[in-house]
Amino acid sequence: MKYMGLSITEIHEKLKKGEVTSDELVKEALELSHQVQEKCNAFVTILDDVKGGEVTDELLSGIPFGVKDNYSTKGILTTGSSNTLKDYVPFFDATAYANLVAKGAIAVNKTAMDEFGLGGTGTTAHTGVQRNPWDLKRMCSGSSSGSAAAVASGVYPYALGSDTGDSIRKPAGFCGIVGYKPTYGMISRYGLFPFASSLDHCGVLTRYVRDAAIVVDAMKGIDKNDMTSWDSSHIHLNDDLNDNVKGKKLFYIKELCDLENYPDASQELREHLENFQATLKKCEELGMSVEGVSVDINLIRAIPSIYQVISCAEATSNLSNLTGLIFGPRGDGENFMEMMKDHRTKGFSPLIKRRLVIGSYVLQTENQERYFKNAQRARRLIVDTMKDLFKKYDAYISPVGSGPAKLIDGSKEMLKDDTIALEDQLQIGNFGGFPSITIPNGFVSNLPVGINITGNCYDDQNVLNIAYALEGSMDYKGQIAKEVK
Amino acid sequence: MGKYNVTIGLEMHCEVSETKSKVFSSARNEYTDVANSNIRPYDMGFPGVLPVVNKEAVKMSLMMSEILNCRQPEYMYFERKNYYYPDMPKNYQITQNPPEDCVGMGGYIDIQREDGSTFRVDIDNIHLEEDAARMTHLYDTSIIDYNRAAVPLLELVTGPCIHSAEDAVAFLEYIRAIYQYCGISEADSKKGQIRCDVNVSISDDDTLGTKVEMKNVNSFGGVYGAIQYEIKRQSELKDAGRYDEVEQETRRWDEESGTTIRMRSKVDAEDYKYFVEPNIPKYKISKEWLEEIRKSIPELPYERKSKYMDKYGLSDYDAGILIKDINTAKYFERCLELGVDAKMAANWITGNILGYVYKYETAIQDIYVTPERLEVILSAMDKGDISSKQAKELFFMVLERCEEPKDIMKSEGMQQISDEGALSKIIIEILDNNTKQIEDYKNGKTNMFDYFVGQVMKMTKGQANPVKVKEILTDELSKR
Repeated sequence: MKYMGLSITEIHEKLKKGEVTSDELVKEALELSHQVQEKCNAFVTILDDVKGGEVTDELLSGIPFGVKDNYSTKGILTTGSSNTLKDYVPFFDATAYANLVAKGAIAVNKTAMDEFGLGGTGTTAHTGVQRNPWDLKRMCSGSSSGSAAAVASGVYPYALGSDTGDSIRKPAGFCGIVGYKPTYGMISRYGLFPFASSLDHCGVLTRYVRDAAIVVDAMKGIDKNDMTSWDSSHIHLNDDLNDNVKGKKLFYIKELCDLENYPDASQELREHLENFQATLKKCEELGMSVEGVSVDINLIRAIPSIYQVISCAEATSNLSNLTGLIFGPRGDGENFMEMMKDHRTKGFSPLIKRRLVIGSYVLQTENQERYFKNAQRARRLIVDTMKDLFKKYDAYISPVGSGPAKLIDGSKEMLKDDTIALEDQLQIGNFGGFPSITIPNGFVSNLPVGINITGNCYDDQNVLNIAYALEGSMDYKGQIAKEVK
Repeated sequence: MGKYNVTIGLEMHCEVSETKSKVFSSARNEYTDVANSNIRPYDMGFPGVLPVVNKEAVKMSLMMSEILNCRQPEYMYFERKNYYYPDMPKNYQITQNPPEDCVGMGGYIDIQREDGSTFRVDIDNIHLEEDAARMTHLYDTSIIDYNRAAVPLLELVTGPCIHSAEDAVAFLEYIRAIYQYCGISEADSKKGQIRCDVNVSISDDDTLGTKVEMKNVNSFGGVYGAIQYEIKRQSELKDAGRYDEVEQETRRWDEESGTTIRMRSKVDAEDYKYFVEPNIPKYKISKEWLEEIRKSIPELPYERKSKYMDKYGLSDYDAGILIKDINTAKYFERCLELGVDAKMAANWITGNILGYVYKYETAIQDIYVTPERLEVILSAMDKGDISSKQAKELFFMVLERCEEPKDIMKSEGMQQISDEGALSKIIIEILDNNTKQIEDYKNGKTNMFDYFVGQVMKMTKGQANPVKVKEILTDELSKR
């Protein structure tokens, strides 16, 4: 590994100085892709024929990157890791991807993911399970599993992800890297395969906070094809990145983070929460204040259900265009109804089918009030609670998950009830469209764990600056996965 | 029939044809015979496409809402209607879901009958949505044209307040005229731009009977026929004491047989699982914008009708016909610009021209006799160059041959003989050869006068100026 393990600014400098060419970088990234494919099964497509590009003053020019396989890439297979689109080649680009290409960035592979993003394990791609580069017996978690594995393995400095519940920020935590999703609408979703439109975000997985700022600067912008996008031309995340966070006020939620709430805590959970407290100390050393606040436990416990109801409902509708009639493999049948049914029966994994049935159920007229509408009301309550807290505090800090990555074989073990909310609480960031970033904050059982900073909408700079300062105060900046066993 | 109270409710779907692009897609909104030529990825539901609302379509919808005296929403938003059908490639339609907010809620409009009386139609709502693709089912296969997918569609829903097929059609004709006058739609049912659902029930008291729905009736004639047929069908069942056989169901109007045919029971109605479209942020409709739209409402058909009656002295009936189709009104007004007398123009349009248009199922704006050509014919008549009989003949010749009226007048030798010398010569000759008839005339058989006129016309192949002929004849006869 020569260059791909460096940060974007380091690589850019070397390109400018002529120490390395873009062609050489691409070659390195492709070689690494094949190695990581063998170990982690991280990719749907490796673009072996790609060549380097021109190096300009754009930081991303000539530098390889990975694209999650739910971003439409013109002329390049895009499957969403689903059999329903196993041969689908889009004829238009996702805006976010096109913005990067316009700046000279070079896509070298399409990363595997949970089918259409509907999963948090990285085990449901039509090409198989993604394995965690720190321990191949473990999951990356998902849904941006391939992107996380690749970036953590040092294939390139960054890969695109998408985040509907925590699909960027959780695998980033479990793979020991940075995962950032900016405020809803900062990056256009045009061309991103939808999962749940009101929760879907584009974003990026990197090894450095600064790299996340650089990449999102390039991806973002108002888009005439996405009415939820907004003009962020006044925001320059990289230029304004600084570690002066003195006086910033952080809060954490006591009900989630205090060990006393988990009487049966496992050793890993214990270590994870203690490590979280140690990171809070770092925050204080940086001149920030940290307070534990109490939030209605019922609201906290409702998070996973709210997410389940809303995301499944929207997914049921969003994925109904997958019929195999216009694109995707044609199903068999005597008439179009039978053909659609056959296509969907054969194409979707059991996990997706389960979620689509849930989505359909909660939207039925007789159930809608009780489930879907109530979930929307509860979502609003949580968002309002957070917005109230953001009046007093600059950001919300939380541990990512309830410990390190889970074993692939142990995936059938049920989570303990009391940790479900802790596992899923990053979904708050999707409920409110809040900017949210995960950075590595240490190791539990020799495996990386992460911490998350979430702020109010449009307050991306503040969130990034806090993460940047904290990153600088710890020893995990830019780390690349080393197999532990 | 006739002894039951009839209650009719209408749903009128009208494509908004006059926006540049479609309602949620940047594809051109243009009617064309070339299938699948006006499409963008959105229209075919490719993964990752997003709807973008066409502001012009919203503006037109709000204008319609204002004309129908509806309440406009404070915020604009859309809903998803989820159902699987290949003409809707996303398998959901972006629409509005009354009684949730839509472009127009709770209005009314007063409609004039041909006899001059009026009736009021309650508007339950008018809402904006995207049209589906056009699907054609062939013997063993189906073909889809996505040109129509995502074309803006306004659905107007009346209350159950119409009581005859005639009133239903009068209402639909007037709404169609409004769409045309406001530049919202060509509203051409031949292009499939207007489709109606018709609800009919009968009752022998104040309560409403069982509602039967006819879907996708594509012409006003069809609406009329479907209502008449349903009233008859339901009445006969009621007469026979079998009203329980009238089921709440959806039927189809069959043009060929002139009957309605059962499609499905309302009990099997699909659950559309509506929810608010998340990709279109709610946005506020400002009072200022609504006021601006209100001010831009053009002259509406009934206003124009009053103008025709007051200013040009046209009859209620003639004015009513002229305003029914904006192209007819435009034709009329162009004639006036060219200096044609208003009554003369009205007579010709309501008589010869529309007679021809209906007979040959064409459109007034498409016929060869444009207002300019009509003016040539009428002014030749006015100047006395041709007789009124010749003018009518000339009109049809121009239509058939697609040649200029002047050229036909020349080639056919169509000229009225008004020259007194020439006419005198002919008349004298006729009188000289009919001394017996002159005697009869002198003896009081005054109808002999017409005989002489007829002889002159015969000699001149109808080209003699009848007024002149009568003058000279009177004069010559008095000399004898």
